[in-house]
Formats: sequence, structure tokens, C-alpha cells
Amino acid sequence: MSLIRPSDHKLSDQKPLVVLKNAGVRRNGRWLVRGVEFSIGRGEIVTLIGPNGSGKSTTAKAAIGVLKPDEGWVERQPGLKVGYVPQKLAIDWTLPLTVERLMTLTGPLKAGEIADALSATGISHLARAEVQHLSGGEFQRALLARAVARKPDLLVLDEPVQGVDFTGEIALYDLIKSIRNRTGCGILLISHDLHMVMAATDTVICLNSHVCCRGTPQAVSQSPEYLKLFGSRAAKTLAVYSHDHDHTHLPDGRVLHADGSITDHCHPDDGHHHGDRADEGGDLDHSHGPDCGCGHHSRLQGFDTKERDRA
Amino acid sequence: MLDDFFIRALVAGIGLAITVGPLGCFVIWRRMAYFGDTMAHSALLGVALSLLFDLNLMLSVFLVAAGVSLLLLLLHRRGALSTDALLGILSHSTLSIGLVLVAFMSWVRIDLIGFLFGDILAVSRADIDLVWGGGILVLFAIIYLWRPLLASTVNHELAEAEGLQPQRARLFFMLLMALVIAIAMKIVGILLITSLLIIPAATARRFASSPEIMAVLASLIGVLAVTGGLFGSLHFDTPSGPSIVVAALGLFVLSLIPFGRRAAGGAMTHPTSGGQH
Repeated sequence: MSLIRPSDHKLSDQKPLVVLKNAGVRRNGRWLVRGVEFSIGRGEIVTLIGPNGSGKSTTAKAAIGVLKPDEGWVERQPGLKVGYVPQKLAIDWTLPLTVERLMTLTGPLKAGEIADALSATGISHLARAEVQHLSGGEFQRALLARAVARKPDLLVLDEPVQGVDFTGEIALYDLIKSIRNRTGCGILLISHDLHMVMAATDTVICLNSHVCCRGTPQAVSQSPEYLKLFGSRAAKTLAVYSHDHDHTHLPDGRVLHADGSITDHCHPDDGHHHGDRADEGGDLDHSHGPDCGCGHHSRLQGFDTKERDRA
Repeated sequence: MLDDFFIRALVAGIGLAITVGPLGCFVIWRRMAYFGDTMAHSALLGVALSLLFDLNLMLSVFLVAAGVSLLLLLLHRRGALSTDALLGILSHSTLSIGLVLVAFMSWVRIDLIGFLFGDILAVSRADIDLVWGGGILVLFAIIYLWRPLLASTVNHELAEAEGLQPQRARLFFMLLMALVIAIAMKIVGILLITSLLIIPAATARRFASSPEIMAVLASLIGVLAVTGGLFGSLHFDTPSGPSIVVAALGLFVLSLIPFGRRAAGGAMTHPTSGGQH
């Protein structure tokens, strides 16, 4: 898989990309969100979680300057390049738009940059497809590819896994993590799914019209504010997902391993695999089952069983 | 058969068709058909005001159409009524105020039918210069604004977040629409302007694989419609504006006919398009 190079232009490495200080947004006499404080640095992943209407999208829009804060302030590094995947994006059917054309929607790109982004998100084979014909997961990947291709300093993903099934969700989180690792960009991730937070997240911020708690994923799942907001049932099932991705399923069905070899199927004991993990507070070692040709099936089952046991 | 007035009509009509192609694409992509209609209807108010205050006709129409679009933006921001209710109110009230004003001015006699349905056979050399001059201006502006306009058509906030200033692009787009309406009024008439924007663009959709190709095809299809309509109007002695629209409709219907293997799924049979306009 070809690499996506970090941004060509230079921003300060010391200062955070974005800082929100006591930021609040007010609409129709009501505070959508208030007193938000956080910053995102280069290479940092910040995840916003919270119930519907808790101001997650509003906060993200304030952070990238789409909304102006009515209180407090938002400071972005000058020349900050943002890549944005909005929460709702419906492309009118009358607009003929292929995945390839979608890539250059907000700025010109070289053919090589487009190809890199498409292969990094695993949709090279869809370059010529019309976006209206894509499945939910494919469309999210296309949007992600578009945002990544412009080599942003800050990637803002508003519910990037919506409409994606559980397996696809894990694959997308892996992809997001690998994008961070390769490009060193900062990532602001919004998740409506309280049960699932990326383990690679540096900071989880739990919003409910204000910052209700924050910390590492493990710390937040234990915090009393989180329990109060979502109930102990939710806290029990807050799954912190971590996954050492060591192979990639190519579009033609073959498997590309971390050591660069390609096989027809992935087998757990062929020496290519180093183990996957699914954490839920503590550690749990988990490896692929014997018939894992489909990828993550066996691990998924293990996950379900464990959730059932807790409940 | 090809009299001077007919050549002039053809040259003016072709110039207009080329101009409105890309604009019409944005009108259907952004679902602004009714919006375009409202701006066009307000042109009659512009006509009345130009007579009342002895202003240049095109300037007056341009100012009123632009003013109505700005007013709509402001009212929409206040959020009291839904956009289509606001459009309905503005569309028909500006048309009616225009008609009432014209009726009050008993000292002027105007060819109301000419304004409503166009009088392309009466275009002068000066009109042709205006159509082509204005048209080239509009086309250059659209090319310049293409990326921000297209990006904000897909998603306004996305365009905003990635630094394309979609608000500014939208404002310019409204002004371009007002300009096109001022230019087109004489050729197809107030009531038919939107059809010249929408029908060729809708016809082009089926054959287009990218937004840019669709814009160019819409212009070409518009040229075909104008040419066909004008020849038809000469041959059957029918009013020119409506004849152009009928010709455009004919091309649209032709584009619906399935042919070959590409016909599967039928471009215009999709539930979210086609049936609306």
C-alpha cells in the first residue's frame, strides 16, 4: 500500500493545531453547547462522545470555523488545512459525480495523490463509480479518502462509521489510526456510538451541552459523570477497541500481510499474524478462529459473548 | 426564408442558450428551480419600475431580481416560514405588483405578452451585443466560481471548512442569475426563463459522466432547442418563446427513451429527480 506523505507546508510543531477556550454556541436563545475547552495537537486523536443533541457536531463546526462561537474563543493555527467529513452528506442524484471527481471537489490533486488516497482506503476499484451507487460503507470510505487526499493538518470526522456494519466499523477505525500514524495529522472524531470508542484515542471528551468528563478512554468509562449521563449499563458495554492490524483484504479477495507477502486467504497460524485484541476495560487476548477467511468473524463472536456475559 | 430578423433571433437565442447551460445545471443540482422562477417573476416588477422611473429596462430588471434574491436570503435566515412558502409569496406578489403598477400607468402602452412570453423576433443588434457580452461575462464568472459552487452544492459546510468561502460564491451566483434573467427576458419571456435553464440541463443529465460534461452538454442541448424552436416557429407560425420551450421538451422526452444497454435504470426515472420539473 502506498504511503500518504505528510503535509508539504509547515505549521508550528509546538503549538496545538486548534484550541477551544470556554467556547459556546447559541442558537435561538438556547445554548447548544457551552464552556468547551480542549485542544488538538499534531498526531493527536480527540474523540467527542455524547447523546443526540449534546452539541458534538456544533463543537466540531466551531473548531474548524464553520460556526463562530458566541462566547469564548477558538484559535486555529494560521494556514491550518482541514479535511472534513460531515455528518450528513446527501448528493443529489442529478449531479453526475464519480469517486475520482469527488476527490478534487475542494482543491486540485495530482493523479498519484488520488490513487494513493483511494488505495489507502481500499476503494481503488471504485474510482470510476458514481457516488450515488456506493453502499454506506463505501461512501464513507470515499469521503474519508477525499478528506485524506488533500493532506490535511487536521482531520475532522463527524460520525465516520455511520451506516457501516460492525466489521466495517472496526476496519474504518483501523484505517483512521493508520492515517494518523502515517501522516501525523491531528484528528477530531465524533462518535454517536457510546459503546465503541477507539483505543487509539488520546482524549475522550464526553459532551452533554457542556464537557461532562474527559480523559483517556479507560478513565472516562469509569468516571462517575459518565455513569450518571449514560447509566451504568452503558458504562459496562463501553468497549474500547484496540486492534493490531496486521493484514489487509485486497479488493480481489487476496490478503496483504504486514510483512508484505500476499496470500489467497488469511490463516491464524501461518506466521503472518501477531494477534488481535479487543479490550473492555481490561485486556483480553483474542486470536483469529480456524475459519477466519472472512476476516474478523471469530473475534466478533467473542465480543458478543463477552457483552452478553456482562449484561 | 432566412430574413434578417430571423438571423438576429437565432444569434441571440444561441448566445443565451450557451450562457444558461452551466447555470441551469446548478439550478437543478441545488434544487433551485422554484427560486429561479421567483426571480424571473420579479422581472415584471422591474419592468414596471423602469417605466415608472424611466430607468434602463435591463438594469431595472437586474436590480429587482437581485433584490428579491437578497430579500429571500434575509427572510430565510429569520426562519419564520419555510423556503417554498416564502418563494410562493415573493414569486406571485412581485408579478402581481408589477401587473398592477403597469395598469396604473395609463399613459404607457406596453406589450405585456411580449414581456411574459418573449419577443425574440424583435431583437436588435444592440440586444445581440448585450446577450453575447453579458453571456461571456456570466460564463467567465461561472468558470471562476466553479469549484466553490460545486463544492457547496455537495455540502455547504464542507466547502466552508476547507476554505472555499461558499457564502461569497452563492451571492455571486444569485447576481449571475439576476443578470441572466435580465438578458433572457426579451428572448423567452418572464414566464419561460426557468424552463430554458432547467430543461436542457435535465436532458443533459443522462448523457453526462461528470459535472463539467453536463454543463457543456446543457449548453449544446439548449442551442439545439433554440434552433429547432425558432425554425418551428417560423414554419408553423407559432410564438417563438413557447416554441423554443416545446423544442427543449421534445429533446428531453427523446432523452428518456431507452436505447442500448446504457438505458438500464433510465436516467430520469430515479425517484429523486425527473418528476419535479
